[in-house]
Amino acid sequence: MMYKIDQARLGELFAAIAEKKDLFLPVKKADQTDFALWTKEAEVDLDTLRTVKSPKDCFFPQSETLYNTSLEEGKLSIDAAALCDRDFVVFGMRACDVQAVKVLDNVFLADPVDTYYAARREHAVLVAGACHEPEETCFCKVFGIDAAAPAADVATWRVGEALYWKALTKKGEALSEVVKEHLTPAEESAVEEAQTQIRSIIDKLPYSHLKLDVFKETPMMELFDSDRWEEMYKPCLACGTCTFVCPTCQCYDIRDFKTKDGVQRYRCWDSCMYSDFTMMAHGNMRTSQMQRFRQRFMHKLVYYPDNYEGMFSCVGCGRCVSKCPAALNIVKVIKTMGGEG
Amino acid sequence: MGECTCATGTGNKKQDILIPMIGVITDIRTETPDVKTFRVVGRDGKKLFEHMPGQCAMVSVPGVGEAMFSITSSPTNTQFQEFSIKRCGVLTDCLHGMSPGDEVTVRGPYGNAFPVETALKGENLLFIAGGIGLAPLRSVINYVLDKRENYGTVEILYGSRSMEDLVQLKEIQEVWCKTEGVDVYLTIDREQEGWNGHVGFVPSYLKEIGFSTNKTVLVCGPPIMIKFVLSGLMEMGFKREQIYTTLELRMKCGIGKCGRCNIGSKYVCKDGPVFRFDEIDELPPEY
Ligand SMILES: Cc1cc2nc3c(=O)[nH]c(=O)nc-3n(C[C@H](O)[C@H](O)[C@H](O)COP(=O)(O)OP(=O)(O)OC[C@H]3O[C@@H](n4cnc5c(N)ncnc54)[C@H](O)[C@@H]3O)c2cc1C
Ligand code: SF4
Ligand code: SF4
Ligand code: FES
Repeated sequence: MMYKIDQARLGELFAAIAEKKDLFLPVKKADQTDFALWTKEAEVDLDTLRTVKSPKDCFFPQSETLYNTSLEEGKLSIDAAALCDRDFVVFGMRACDVQAVKVLDNVFLADPVDTYYAARREHAVLVAGACHEPEETCFCKVFGIDAAAPAADVATWRVGEALYWKALTKKGEALSEVVKEHLTPAEESAVEEAQTQIRSIIDKLPYSHLKLDVFKETPMMELFDSDRWEEMYKPCLACGTCTFVCPTCQCYDIRDFKTKDGVQRYRCWDSCMYSDFTMMAHGNMRTSQMQRFRQRFMHKLVYYPDNYEGMFSCVGCGRCVSKCPAALNIVKVIKTMGGEG
Repeated sequence: MGECTCATGTGNKKQDILIPMIGVITDIRTETPDVKTFRVVGRDGKKLFEHMPGQCAMVSVPGVGEAMFSITSSPTNTQFQEFSIKRCGVLTDCLHGMSPGDEVTVRGPYGNAFPVETALKGENLLFIAGGIGLAPLRSVINYVLDKRENYGTVEILYGSRSMEDLVQLKEIQEVWCKTEGVDVYLTIDREQEGWNGHVGFVPSYLKEIGFSTNKTVLVCGPPIMIKFVLSGLMEMGFKREQIYTTLELRMKCGIGKCGRCNIGSKYVCKDGPVFRFDEIDELPPEY
């Protein structure tokens, strides 16, 4: 069922959601837009196409406590961190970032389930916005993602003065129910023209026609042994930016933080681009940046798809394309390996 | 995001698999100048969990570190679990300084196991270990000796740098050497006073003995030893499908999620650590 709300009244919609659930949405702070908790004062920014950081830390925070331990008279005690028990809404996600959550689900919800992640997923409602002005760095189409019809709990479109709202799942319908007094029924066809337009812009984007067949058809070891990695990696600074901004990168570290009463064991994002990622007493299995660079892209384009029925661990969001200080990125890798479309 | 109230929610505390159990160290044996064997039970005095030979567990001293260790005791031991730990860094240093009664955290068991109840059943077995590499194999050896009737011949080739560096020497001499139908071959790298056994590296001793190929081989040790043992076995006519080993990669989660131990499409913590050589051949050589 399609609904709509006047865009000028979105503040009321947000307030109504926030009354019942935590609401995260793109907020502009110091000229940078990222997902943040909604407040009346927040400068909501639905125009910026892509947040600098992806919304993945709504589900897989950059750092989170797993448990606390303390030692008293030689006796250890362990106190598990509480799981998320508050419903929350992530509003304004893009189709690519929604797909990225599915990429993470495959890893974190597989047996044995990561209960911290699972609790957040259970309590989350994903509200996505169609991308009316896709950018040159976008290549979601390559991964079969339709930015004109994001596959979230609720999809929204901004057409004219209105924001159109359509629930696609039970969770989405429940959210519609919560805010129903702010919504008025609308015609399904109201967004069709906008959708056609989005699809036609996307079709003309420079990276929309990259081909991924080479990664499906070439034997893994042939790709691994390719001379192209050596040609490509050189400018890489091993800064890890590409992994931190990436909505699908899921590597983490587990570390300890000493508090005044004990030890907090937390996990935090880590990066396969760092030289100590695989360091061991008897050596390091990836001693050169070439090997680490290759690992990141082989994982996204070959290893992950091998484990998950061909699904790639890249959603074409373009964050690594715009943020790498050395102008390296997955598009270059795809093209260099033979995926020029 | 910082403001997410969820990370510090008040929700229930369903135990995540990453949350460890408390283990009490009940015994510590000094094996070599840098290896000690730790016996661990739960606070109730019972074994912490059941495992299969080859599986590992994450042992930790909170505030110091957490690391993966092979469970060196056999599953047939109903009383406790043991870890043989080589001192080589922050956590292992700290563990070496501990005393019986001290507590650690343990989570596991993780990984696959040697296929003792399937592929290895009924087979003649040859175990080849170097140094601390005996740790995972000791679990299999004692399992096999406790279920002797299920397996064929048992041969054990074990070597270390020196006499002092042979782990579990007492058990080897008093139990394995005295068990009927078990042949034990020991070697040390260099001549040493008080040693009248074989001297030389494991791979060359292997060729000297010249085992027949009607058996399955389990090999664990330093990467360089494994490399030469493997080529020795190939020369002797063994096939890669007949040889098992364990891979050791840096690990953090132990459950195939943190990405640390990923090689090719495999996660060594979950799909390994036990691999057959023909399976390893299909992985990128990043181990
Ligand atoms: C599947 C598996 C089974 C293992 N079984 C045993 C065993 O039975 N007995 C045993 O003594 N050791 C075993 N190890 C190795 C053991 O995990 C490391 O020795 C341990 O992590 C070192 O911790 P540390 O804090 O003392 O060293 P650190 O202070 O963390 O580091 C010291 C050095 O060790 C390196 N290191 C860190 N983590 C590892 C690691 N996981 N493996 C190797 N080096 C590492 C560091 O990079 C550094 O060079 C096993 C490792 C794996 C992955
Ligand atoms: S590819 Fe670019 S962003 Fe990624 S680590 Fe290298 S320099 Fe940094
Ligand atoms: S690899 Fe780059 S384009 Fe692909 S999902 Fe990650 S950040 Fe986005
Ligand atoms: S240790 Fe985390 S994936 Fe293997």
